[in-house]
Amino acid sequence: MDLKNVASLTFFCPEIILSVTILLIIALDLIAQSRRWPAALALIGCLCSLIVSFDLYSAQPGLLFHRMIVLDNFSIFFKVFSLSATILCILMSIGSNEIDKVHEGEYYALLLTCTLGMFFMASSSNLLMAYLSLEMVSLGSYVLTGFLPHSRRSSEAALKYLIYGGVASGTMIYGMSWIFGMTGSMDYAAIQLALSQEGINKAALFIAFIFILAGFGYKIVFFPFHMWSPDVYQGAPTPFTAYLSVASNTAGLAIMIRFFFPGMSKLLASGDWTATAGVEWPQVLLALSMLTMTIGNLCALNQRNVKRMLAYSGIAHAGYMMMGLAILNNEGLAAILFYAVVYMIMNLGAFLVVGMVSNVTGDEDIDDYRGLAWRGATVPAICLAIFLFSLTGMPPFAGFMGKFFLFSAVVKQGGAFAVLAIVAALNSVVSLYYYAKIVKTMFLDSPLPEDKQVTMAANNFTLLLPLTFLTILFGVYFGPLVQYTNYSLRFFIK
Amino acid sequence: MQNILTYMTFIPLAGAAMILMLPNNAKLVRWFSAIVTVPPLLMAVWLFNNFDRTTAKFQFVEDYHWIPAYNISYTMGVDGLSISMVLLTALLSFICIFASFGIEKAVKGYFALFLMLDAGMMGVFCALDFFLFYVFWEVMLLPMYFLIGIWGGPRREYAAIKFFLYTLFGSVLMLLAILALYFTVEPHTFDMRVMMAHASKYSTAVLPMWPFNSWGWSFQHVIWLALFIGFAIKIPAFPFHTWLPDAHVEAPTAISVILAGVLLKMGTYGILRTNFPMLPVATADMAYWFLGALGAWNIIYGALCAMAQKDLKKLVAYSSVSHMGYVMLGMASFTTQGLNGAVLQMFNHGTITGMMFLLVGVVYDRAHHRDIEGFGGLAAIMPVYTGITALAFFASMGLPGLSGFISEILVLLGTWQKYPVLTILGASGVILTAGYLLWTIQRVYLGPPNEKYLNMAEINGREIFTLVPLGIIVIIVGIYPGVVLDMLRTTLDSINAIVIPHLHG
Repeated sequence: MDLKNVASLTFFCPEIILSVTILLIIALDLIAQSRRWPAALALIGCLCSLIVSFDLYSAQPGLLFHRMIVLDNFSIFFKVFSLSATILCILMSIGSNEIDKVHEGEYYALLLTCTLGMFFMASSSNLLMAYLSLEMVSLGSYVLTGFLPHSRRSSEAALKYLIYGGVASGTMIYGMSWIFGMTGSMDYAAIQLALSQEGINKAALFIAFIFILAGFGYKIVFFPFHMWSPDVYQGAPTPFTAYLSVASNTAGLAIMIRFFFPGMSKLLASGDWTATAGVEWPQVLLALSMLTMTIGNLCALNQRNVKRMLAYSGIAHAGYMMMGLAILNNEGLAAILFYAVVYMIMNLGAFLVVGMVSNVTGDEDIDDYRGLAWRGATVPAICLAIFLFSLTGMPPFAGFMGKFFLFSAVVKQGGAFAVLAIVAALNSVVSLYYYAKIVKTMFLDSPLPEDKQVTMAANNFTLLLPLTFLTILFGVYFGPLVQYTNYSLRFFIK
Repeated sequence: MQNILTYMTFIPLAGAAMILMLPNNAKLVRWFSAIVTVPPLLMAVWLFNNFDRTTAKFQFVEDYHWIPAYNISYTMGVDGLSISMVLLTALLSFICIFASFGIEKAVKGYFALFLMLDAGMMGVFCALDFFLFYVFWEVMLLPMYFLIGIWGGPRREYAAIKFFLYTLFGSVLMLLAILALYFTVEPHTFDMRVMMAHASKYSTAVLPMWPFNSWGWSFQHVIWLALFIGFAIKIPAFPFHTWLPDAHVEAPTAISVILAGVLLKMGTYGILRTNFPMLPVATADMAYWFLGALGAWNIIYGALCAMAQKDLKKLVAYSSVSHMGYVMLGMASFTTQGLNGAVLQMFNHGTITGMMFLLVGVVYDRAHHRDIEGFGGLAAIMPVYTGITALAFFASMGLPGLSGFISEILVLLGTWQKYPVLTILGASGVILTAGYLLWTIQRVYLGPPNEKYLNMAEINGREIFTLVPLGIIVIIVGIYPGVVLDMLRTTLDSINAIVIPHLHG
């Protein structure tokens, strides 16, 4: 299926619904004054889009809009994923004090714009489209990061993010121009065809790949493009930080998988991929993956601010997920998708509790968590402990299964990849230290007299308990999710 | 009885969930937890009666699909090796609930976590699927971390995280090893029985990579070492033992008992369950240094450390390091006596050290310190207590007629046939043990009574109740070791028979 503009619209419904919702929110924001409806409208839009996305599974996979966008199981998976993350983030935002202070209409409109950009990131099959979608997500993110009025930290974070993002995407488009120069095409399939001819300058191609990696790296947050993330995580409103940490990060992985796998590699019958053009980008990813997880974990060890700590832990998790890319097999990619889902659940859960605590104490310093379990917030403390142990990769929680599948994909490749597996395994041990530090502060430390009682309103639990339940459920009964991620790993390649 | 092992594992877990729903009444929670541990104990007794001692096959096997796509199944079963540990776990869990009746802080949380720990321990000994085994192995860490960390002594936070980090370090290596085994078996499976049947398939060709090629190590050897490190941390074998004294000193009494009585056994159990039958070539090559020599070193090092301790609980902790050395030494011998002695020693150490920790707890509850030099003449003040202590201490030092003697002598007899030098070293540990234990008795119990403690209350009924069952077992096994050995022999012989063909010379 290779459709022209108008014929493509039939398969473009999720995007159209989101766009309509965004425009409606902006338009109604000018008229209505009530506080709650933008969230409700955004939620309804997302749900409709989600339902329509599932409907796309019945359609033939193919290319839309003159080969700009791919429709296949992989892109539908990321539509569903981004929408789920957005819905959870909207629910978090409703309960957050921070978001109350801002223009809610704009906030939700921008949030949905980012989501729309993520749809394109996962489904673009053209360098130009890839670049535009990445920028679309970035622009929305810059604004949302600096969305807290009168917060110097928030503004500073937005500025840092903007500068880093500008440099990274500039580098990326420069790399893309090299590829265009070498192959004369922007289309992934055409590029792959051109690269498999003789006479391509390997060194030039390698440099182009490295430049492009800068753009991906800043979205996924891997070393050495990770510096912006702790400041941005700390400065941005907590619900948006949560969104950034799961949705934006994973969309970066999606665009990277799309570019390197169906784009630059060939699938063998065995489920392994071979890189075309003989450029050693998998080795680069391998090294970056090890560096990313190690640096993320080591930096997290001494953080006092929980959001910063979770930022560094996010860097480490990006490193774990990159293992799945570097090993060039389908197991690895399926493990990434599985990991992305469980990471979304447990990380959003952790940020949810962080947001609940900072609603009461106004800060995210680790001292605010002292004796939390004995200060009236036993259930949130237990839930946070479960999320943190899940992030560590302890059974019976979902995070263990995520790591398990990643490790098993790496071990299956065997040979020198054993080193990668060992580095990753030791990193989980390191990460236990700082995750357990929060748990220690909540349970093992006794509250001091000046620590306030923390009471949580009942509506806080409506999202927290389901997330906790899912974290445990996917730790012991993960069969359907594994099937779904395997099913999602079908690329349309022409 | 169908699914008895599942019931034994999950009744405590269900109990833990129910405790959270009980009203906040300490007495009710305590007695409820005590009742929850009774059915597993009765089932353990039933298992003991109905266990077929003539076969090495797994019995009471349960096999259900869990995740068919990855061939992960829920498989439980016991053989002679695990049943002794299951009995020990059921008994000690029951006793330790009573030993925990003194807990006052967050009672619901304590007993819920304790029962979760109970479920995890049971699961480890019953699991026959390597994946399931690993899940239970890890699940146990969480309650242990909190039990030490919340209800422990002054340095509990340090001790808890140290225990957690050490064990996790070992278990991630183990996880990688498990995965490597999984991908070598065709078709891929985590079923331990299939992995054992595939023992000959695990490559023994020397790896072309440095440094393994210079050592002559194969895939088997590397995997063996990864599994071994995971288990050695739990044993704990030198140099991974340093978490143990910290954890023991800080943990509440009942948790110390569980730690020494059950958790340490998981290390040696794991080696016998997985390393021996699955990787026999590597086992034959590595046993001398990694089990035999290290075991002998553990015996002497642990005993010398124990001798230098001023804290009574730390002394018992180091004596554990020393006594677990006998287990390793016996395992390395590959003789019937040595192997049976090793597993019997695992069982005996559980009961004897359990008693010793309970006894230390008794005096700590009264004096609020454990300084060996700070007592003196307790025999005159607490005669019954001193009598029971003497029984435990003499059993620990291997007095004939008590259980410790049988296992130690079997280990030494078994090892003598293979490694005379290590046996002599190990046997000298017996003297060191006698040295530090007698010296302790002299300092704490004999001599003129300490003025400060003249009014110390005699051991009470509840405390006696926790000690008596263990004392009876110590005496029975000491007189008629066949009660335990009969269960072990067939299984251990079959495990031994897998390794023996690969021994050199």
